[in-house]
Amino acid sequence: MTEFLVRITITLKDGVLDPEASLIRRALENLGFPTYDLKTSRQFLVRFDARSEDEARKRAKAMCERLLANPVIHRYEIEVME
Amino acid sequence: MRFAVVQFGGSNCDRDVAYILNEVCGIDTDLVWYKEGLSRAYDAVVLPGGFSYGDYLRAGAIAARTRVMDDVRRLARGSGLVLGICNGAQILAESGLVPGVFTVNAYPKFICRPAYLRVERSDTPFTMLYATGDVIRIPIAHREGRYIPPASGSNRRLVTESIAFRFCDAHGNVTPESNPNGSHENITGVLSAAGNVLAMMPHPERASEDILGSCDGRQIFLSMARYIEGNS
Repeated sequence: MTEFLVRITITLKDGVLDPEASLIRRALENLGFPTYDLKTSRQFLVRFDARSEDEARKRAKAMCERLLANPVIHRYEIEVME
Repeated sequence: MRFAVVQFGGSNCDRDVAYILNEVCGIDTDLVWYKEGLSRAYDAVVLPGGFSYGDYLRAGAIAARTRVMDDVRRLARGSGLVLGICNGAQILAESGLVPGVFTVNAYPKFICRPAYLRVERSDTPFTMLYATGDVIRIPIAHREGRYIPPASGSNRRLVTESIAFRFCDAHGNVTPESNPNGSHENITGVLSAAGNVLAMMPHPERASEDILGSCDGRQIFLSMARYIEGNS
């Protein structure tokens, strides 16, 4: 077993309204930072044991599907860091 | 006949629902701490409003994955009724017991005020004491109540059949102006495919006594009781 650090990033699927992002964008604009687009995401840095990088990726995927993401509105990216 | 109201850490409408069921509707109801599970036979389970697990991750996400939900799922697979109110609705959506998800309001703030709902179906265990098209007044109180249906085309028809309530104006018109949280097609009450699970954001227990300004919500609890009586 090797210890892996995996970064999981959850974002809203394209087309799903992100009220928080539009609000932040408007606030930035008020501060003199006009933007074309702004997206929010949520990041999880998870440390756990796995037999291989492949297995670490699979386990992270299962974490997303079982809990971290909601398939109706989210997509996720998995990056094995170390 | 016996109902259970499941209490999670952070539930805060559990006693209100149990009071309405026991005292106002005359239905024997137990408050059940989620760790105890459903240890006896129940005809119906209510998941109450509140902020289970502080709404961490997503509203209802953590509670949906607790063990008591296996008991709730078992009840739903049988002939039992399951009603989720507000946080309870979010839990049912997160559990996959009803299609779709309830997420942050289009204008992302907490809204607490009365709302008009149009009854879309009166042939369900929860709405049989209404007529289709009835306009009822029940308060809402949430920040994450915007309904989004599943995206895939195959579920489209299922979603249409699964709509119990939509936000409307006082005359029953379903309009953008009468949609307080940006829900898809004003939907705020969703049924499972079998029709014995209802997830709704408005709080019927807050509209079940004259002194509270509306009795419109009581019919939901009484419908459930009537349905169970008819089946026993």
